[in-house]
Amino acid sequence: MSVVSENASEATQSPLIVWSQILPWIMASVLLAALPFVFGSGSALTIMNQMAITIIFALAYNMLLGQGGMLSFGHAVYMGLGGFFCVHLMNMVEYDNLWLPLPFLPLFGGLFGLMFATIIGLFSTRRAGTVFAMISLGVGELIAASSIIVVAFFGGEEGVSGDRTMGPTALGIDFASQKEVYYLTAFWLVLSALAMFLFSRTPMGRIANAVRDNEERAEFLGYSQRYVRLISFCASGFFCGIAGGLFAINFEILTQENLDLTSSGIILLITFLGGVGFFIGPIIGAIVFTMLQTVLSLYTEIWQLYLGVLFLMTVMFFPAGLTGLLAMHSLPYRLGKFSLLLVPYAKMALPALVLVLSSASLLELLFHARHASVGENEMTLFGITFDSHALTPWIVLVVLLVGSFMIVKRQAPSLYDAWQSANHMEPRS
Amino acid sequence: MSLIIVNLLDGLVTGLLLFMLCSGLTLIFSMMGVLNFAHASFYMLGAYFAYQISTYLGFWVGLLVAPFVVGLAGALVERYGLRRVHKYGHVPELIFTFGLALLIEELVQFIWGKSQMAYEQPPALDFTAFAIAGNAFPAYKMFMIFIAMGIFLLLLYILTRTRIGMIIQAALSYPHTVQNLGHNVPLIFMGVFGVGTALAGLAGVIAGPALGTFPGMAFQLGSIVFVTIVIGGLGSLWGALFASLLIGWLQTFAASYNIRFADIFEFFGFTPPVDMANSALRDLWTLTVPQIGPILPYLLMVAVLVIRPQGLFGRRET
Amino acid sequence: MNRLSKLIVSAAIAGLMSSAALAADTIKIAFVDPLSGPFAATGAQGLAQYKFAADELVNKQGGVLDGQMFEIVPFDNKISAKESLIQLQVAIDQGIRFIVQGNSSGVANAITDAVKKHNKRNPDKQVLFLNYSAVDPALTNEKCNFWHFRFDANADIKMDALTDIMAQDPDIKKVYLIGQDYSFGKAVASAAVKMLGEKRPDIEIVGNELHPIGKVKDFTPYARKIVASDADAMITGNWGSDMVGLGKAVIEAGYKNPIYTYYAATDGITKTFGEDGKGSLRLVGEGQLNPPVSDRAIAYTKAYKEKNPDLDIGQPRIANVMEMLARAINDAGSATDMVAVANALEGMEHDSIWGTKVKMRAEDHQAIQDVHILAHTDDGVTFDFDNSGYGLVAENTVKMASADIPTTCKMDRP
Repeated sequence: MSVVSENASEATQSPLIVWSQILPWIMASVLLAALPFVFGSGSALTIMNQMAITIIFALAYNMLLGQGGMLSFGHAVYMGLGGFFCVHLMNMVEYDNLWLPLPFLPLFGGLFGLMFATIIGLFSTRRAGTVFAMISLGVGELIAASSIIVVAFFGGEEGVSGDRTMGPTALGIDFASQKEVYYLTAFWLVLSALAMFLFSRTPMGRIANAVRDNEERAEFLGYSQRYVRLISFCASGFFCGIAGGLFAINFEILTQENLDLTSSGIILLITFLGGVGFFIGPIIGAIVFTMLQTVLSLYTEIWQLYLGVLFLMTVMFFPAGLTGLLAMHSLPYRLGKFSLLLVPYAKMALPALVLVLSSASLLELLFHARHASVGENEMTLFGITFDSHALTPWIVLVVLLVGSFMIVKRQAPSLYDAWQSANHMEPRS
Repeated sequence: MSLIIVNLLDGLVTGLLLFMLCSGLTLIFSMMGVLNFAHASFYMLGAYFAYQISTYLGFWVGLLVAPFVVGLAGALVERYGLRRVHKYGHVPELIFTFGLALLIEELVQFIWGKSQMAYEQPPALDFTAFAIAGNAFPAYKMFMIFIAMGIFLLLLYILTRTRIGMIIQAALSYPHTVQNLGHNVPLIFMGVFGVGTALAGLAGVIAGPALGTFPGMAFQLGSIVFVTIVIGGLGSLWGALFASLLIGWLQTFAASYNIRFADIFEFFGFTPPVDMANSALRDLWTLTVPQIGPILPYLLMVAVLVIRPQGLFGRRET
Repeated sequence: MNRLSKLIVSAAIAGLMSSAALAADTIKIAFVDPLSGPFAATGAQGLAQYKFAADELVNKQGGVLDGQMFEIVPFDNKISAKESLIQLQVAIDQGIRFIVQGNSSGVANAITDAVKKHNKRNPDKQVLFLNYSAVDPALTNEKCNFWHFRFDANADIKMDALTDIMAQDPDIKKVYLIGQDYSFGKAVASAAVKMLGEKRPDIEIVGNELHPIGKVKDFTPYARKIVASDADAMITGNWGSDMVGLGKAVIEAGYKNPIYTYYAATDGITKTFGEDGKGSLRLVGEGQLNPPVSDRAIAYTKAYKEKNPDLDIGQPRIANVMEMLARAINDAGSATDMVAVANALEGMEHDSIWGTKVKMRAEDHQAIQDVHILAHTDDGVTFDFDNSGYGLVAENTVKMASADIPTTCKMDRP
């Protein structure tokens, strides 16, 4: 939360445009433009599109959770509804001769999300805290359930599919290739992220913070907390709808899972994993989570187990999320003492890596030994093939696990000392 | 008429089962402010533990032992996990229970596999207690009713008639004052969490044979437990009982009567669209009440929260 | 240091060589189905059957073409349409040209749509979609396409066979229909109403209802209605925990008559029903394990059970998928020209290991085969399910079910 208040003090002194603030946006845009030249395969582009969509969704979610302090359990609804609306628009383009160039489609998804968020927000944002959270849960369940019942709009469990290439084309771009879709998604990503960032710096965004921190005080200052929450909620719904529109373009299908409680829960986890108190937090969370979900599941069947452990570890040891972990290093860096940490980190890195990998390998080994077909004793981990029913791999892994654990434990105090001195104002002689 | 009596009894079973989950959760929630998303996971653990024990020592040992094991696991989770996260605030606590629920589901699949477990009711209760107009009422359901009633009376007695109950009640509203009076509030928290999860475990033990024991049973139960305690009012045992029974009967009766929406609409003077197959509202016209049964509690909750945010029996706002 | 780096380089080269050599020899088949989450049990079982069928029926017979082997590559789609499309893309990028999937018609719909678009947009990297379980009739009717082949009997065909058998039973006068509230549940109900009406107009449908899918914790109220309706038979398309919950509640409430189902077996369901289900549970489906049809089927099933003692042959048609695909590739003389392979599959007639003839109908790519009514019992069970002693025994058989049923498919051919 500290970063938010720092920004607040900056904003009072500095003009809106500062180079140090524009530079990251330019760098991010260049990076986004360059990525397809490195990762050009269809699946890489699809995964990057999925990441971009999740980033917008997570940023929009954080407008509520991080900036407004409102915990929503049913936020997938706004993204999903925006997406469904966009698929229907796509089908109208295909069959009813509606003239709508594809690049503008997400805007309409956003408007639909906004409209729906306004309707729900009118009664759900009257109170904050648990009441708001539970109403969001109830509304989420209602919409998710009706998505199977109201087949005319939601298409039942099969969902609604469309074809993005049927719209009017310009310059020969018909969005048949993933690369064209990627650039469209990247464009909307930068645009929406920038818009959400600027929103957080408007007086409105600041008051949302104030209401989050102390609603009574904000009320005494003359701001209607209810009105402020409603505005945040609507803005969030708008950007969720944009994410939904991009989803519709990328996957050309929306199904009931876009609305259900699992999707709503996942976006909460993603935002938290990245770090609620930072603007960049949800971005990091979305990237890490998409990689885990899509790539890790290619290599192991028990990826969800790792995911569960990761969340527990994060919340227990780094409650400010992955970004918080990075941000912890800004003080040593500014004190010029970052170098103090390098040696202990280097010493810790190898044993810690071995510790993580050997415990994961033990789980994989256990899983394989229990669930593989009879006779298929061979398994491959990190390019090494061995017999999971023999004793040797077990001994090797247990030795590695215990050994690395001992080393990590021995190194821990010196790392702690180094951390303390690196964060200390007065240089120790 | 006889069907109504059968439905009342069936609804009572559902409601009382729900109550066993909600009673613990409402205490945990109002005391610690934690929306424990893993509560249903402890329910699942209860069923699986009892199944495992019953394969060696029979159903009755499982019934006695499994809830204690679950309660112990719950207490350990509070002591070494939740207490650590508590100081960061409510959202991290919630995420913690979220992650825990994910982890427990994965662990259960890791250990027991992904299929249905053949967890059966004991042979001693495998007979029909009585039948009303051809509708058999199994003895096992009578047993479920008795267990749940016993738990309610016991809880009521402990909370209102014993010293420890008084302290818990006081700690609900004024944790700091209670701490200053020399009571060990963290221990009370741990105890309440342990007992709450043990009750959830007990519910799992007796529900497992009746409703199925499978890795999705926690997820299927889902958020209905929160809905129940929110409707009843947080921290209120009577509220939890009332809301549990209300929801039990609501769902049972909604599933029992095939009332068509078309009849309701026509009763209010609407006329069905001429071209039904292409009407945008066709799904509403063909809807029946059983189809929407499971979402009625959510509708009820939203309505209650909008009108009376503290819940039906709650005294303070959340 | 020098020795180490040499070692690494040589190891890396060896690794590259071996994977290149492998790539030349294997034909990869992407298995896109849930391997985690609530439906993982079915997915894991399907995967084991595919691996076994590929080894036993294709690779041990010398592979296809000039000795190329089949390799099954699993992709976990988490039964989500979105994840399926991502994994499909990953599979295509790995050079995989054959996609098998079966669990959930919703996912199958998403995949058949995506495959159609992909093949249109990338004519040089076309893929085939071999659907082994998704039974939504639409997939081979209004939503049919040239790249999709279905090896299971679809919901209408199964209902056609089931109502043929039911129509012969004069004791059945009242039938109760109940199913999950989604496309498949609705398809089953409307097919039952239509076909019973044609074959036995005297049968009264005493109940026809849908319940929310995966949300009903206690089926007792539904069971009460079924008992109160005095039905002589009930039909349900329920699967998974909805099947167990409904079946147990109905039997517990005192219902004794037949329960006709689509998916009430294996994955722990057979074991959970056990003695309670005997005499009432029936399943309509293809593939006959009991009594075994031939020595070959016995040897195949035994070998499978030896390799996978905890799993069952829950989807016998998987053997047909592998054998027919191998034949089609040999007939086409290519594993990369998808149009040729698809043309070879079209109209293929195949003698299944399970004793039936399987005809891949050319007009709609729907497999026509024998459909059985199978009884849940412990009498005469050679191959049980869930190691419970209980299994499915064929009671009645409809030869080449629905071979004459018309299709609305208007296929676009390349």
